[in-house]
Amino acid sequence: MTHDHDHHHDHGSELSEMQLRTRALETILLEKGYIEPAAIDVLIETYEKKIGPRNGAQVVAKAWVDPQFRQWLFEDGTAAIGSLGFGGRSGNHLVALENTPSVHNMVVCTLCSCYPWAVLGLPPLWYKSAPYRSRTVADPRSVLADFGVSLPKDTEIRVWDSTAELRYLVVPLRPAGAEGWSEEKLAELVTRDSMIGTGLPKNPEDLA
Amino acid sequence: MNGAQDMGGVHGFGPVEPEPNEPVFHAGWEKRAFALTLAMAMPGQWNIDMSRFARENRDPGEYLSMSYYQIWFAALETMLKERDLVSDDETVAGHALREPKPVARILSPGAVAQVLYRGGPTERETNTTPAFKPGDHVRAKNINPRTHTRLPRYVRGHAGTIERVIGFHVFPDSNAQGAGENPQWLYTVCFDGRELWGADGDPTLTVSVDAWEPYLVPA
Amino acid sequence: MTGHDHHHDHSELTETQLRVRALETVLTEKGYVDPAALDLLIETYEKKVGPRNGARVVAKAWADPAYRARLVKDATSAIAELGYAGRQGEHIVALENTPNRHNMVVCTLCSCYPWPVLGLPPVWYKSAPYRSRAVSDPRGVLKDFGITLPAGTEIRVWDSTSEIRYLVIPMRPAGTEGWSEERLAELVTRDSMIGTGLPKQP
Repeated sequence: MTHDHDHHHDHGSELSEMQLRTRALETILLEKGYIEPAAIDVLIETYEKKIGPRNGAQVVAKAWVDPQFRQWLFEDGTAAIGSLGFGGRSGNHLVALENTPSVHNMVVCTLCSCYPWAVLGLPPLWYKSAPYRSRTVADPRSVLADFGVSLPKDTEIRVWDSTAELRYLVVPLRPAGAEGWSEEKLAELVTRDSMIGTGLPKNPEDLA
Repeated sequence: MNGAQDMGGVHGFGPVEPEPNEPVFHAGWEKRAFALTLAMAMPGQWNIDMSRFARENRDPGEYLSMSYYQIWFAALETMLKERDLVSDDETVAGHALREPKPVARILSPGAVAQVLYRGGPTERETNTTPAFKPGDHVRAKNINPRTHTRLPRYVRGHAGTIERVIGFHVFPDSNAQGAGENPQWLYTVCFDGRELWGADGDPTLTVSVDAWEPYLVPA
Repeated sequence: MTGHDHHHDHSELTETQLRVRALETVLTEKGYVDPAALDLLIETYEKKVGPRNGARVVAKAWADPAYRARLVKDATSAIAELGYAGRQGEHIVALENTPNRHNMVVCTLCSCYPWPVLGLPPVWYKSAPYRSRAVSDPRGVLKDFGITLPAGTEIRVWDSTSEIRYLVIPMRPAGTEGWSEERLAELVTRDSMIGTGLPKQP
């Protein structure tokens, strides 16, 4: 009896228990005037469509081409990222983590699901899951293996457990073969998982 | 609290299962639960530390068998009931049965972008100085509060090194209980993998947590 | 949404009942188990081996100081004198309650319990609440059993992490002077031999 207990009913128009409960509560909150329906819609749209990993990819791409921005990013992540217009909720206190040939960074929140919404949007299910939360701090290499990533034996792995309001963004290594690329094009190589630390950026040939 | 949410190092959960092209929300009700939770923070009836505690404060078997947004939603219902904003008979009826409790403000659609952009910064002013500096050796205390804390069990009692002084931040252990923000100096503390997991631990592993000063003593 | 037993009103068996039945059938058909042996096993622990055994041990310790001394020194042997021995009781240690010290036994990791003297453990002993709280909040657990000890009493909790099994020897109630062992045994409750109860009063 694992998590994700969605009972898929075949019966006609019957709604699931969670649908009924959320609907009931939304109705009550509306009737009491605690929420405005249009605000709810804007919230959903914001995180479904507007704020997402493309933000973080922009930050990383800029760090790849602009040494001054890169330095600022590692000295004061919140300010540097803020200069691109990203910040706010779950992004008030940002720290950028530099991957190097000898150090690989990974981010987790063992206690719940803290994640840098402002640059990556809402976290994926796996990030919030018990396997990831339990195993990353103890055996990160096996977690990387679940993602099909294998690092050299002597690479140092630094795992950052987001226990406070600090949110972490991994800046992956720039792939070879992308010299002279524009920031826009570089951003396409930056995957969401590479900014969490469970993946590596795409290679130029993957985009061709 | 020493609940099921404190998962670092627990065995038996199986592989991490990434979902290709995962949608942001897996069901319509998840969108509503998400938005209702954010919108209901606006009246200021609780703080984020209280909501985290409301999520984790349940039977471990329940916590482990509920989906992410089921936990969010259950916590929202609990907090609403605790503060007499919504009652049990109303959630059963699916309608308001009595007058609302007056609240300071609600979230208007026009304010959403700005509110999200402002977020909830936790840094506060102080004249005090931090007890520790980068490079200092510290030990995480062996505390076991039943109430909210952000010191995971897997580091308690273990020795680490101060990586950086983050700043002076709201202290969740107090804030979650309604005992005030009580800000404290906050540090990133690094632990060697073998210190945490024993001689057979990964020798290339370093794990950090962000820990407030009351969690630490000099090692 | 835990404990997923669908309770049907009709005579249908639950999933677990079906699975158990199926496996027993297969094992019997393959000749791996003898059904008569299964029945004996069940009968032994349902009817024959139980806390009345431990009560006799305790009553004897109360009535016979020499026996008590043997019990404290080598409980496995002393208990075997009464004919109780074997599975999940190969290494037993007796824990004496005194006015200053109260003993409680738990197995946080699973459900280890001294079968030869107490039979099979009750559900609460194997449950998450007992296993998690006995070692950190024994007074809270005792309260769940309706027991409050004096504030100065030392509470010693024994986590049965090895094959050593523990039997608590509760304090003899007052007003039982001259009682026979048989009569004394009736005062010894199972919970008092685990440490979550006190013996009955006369």
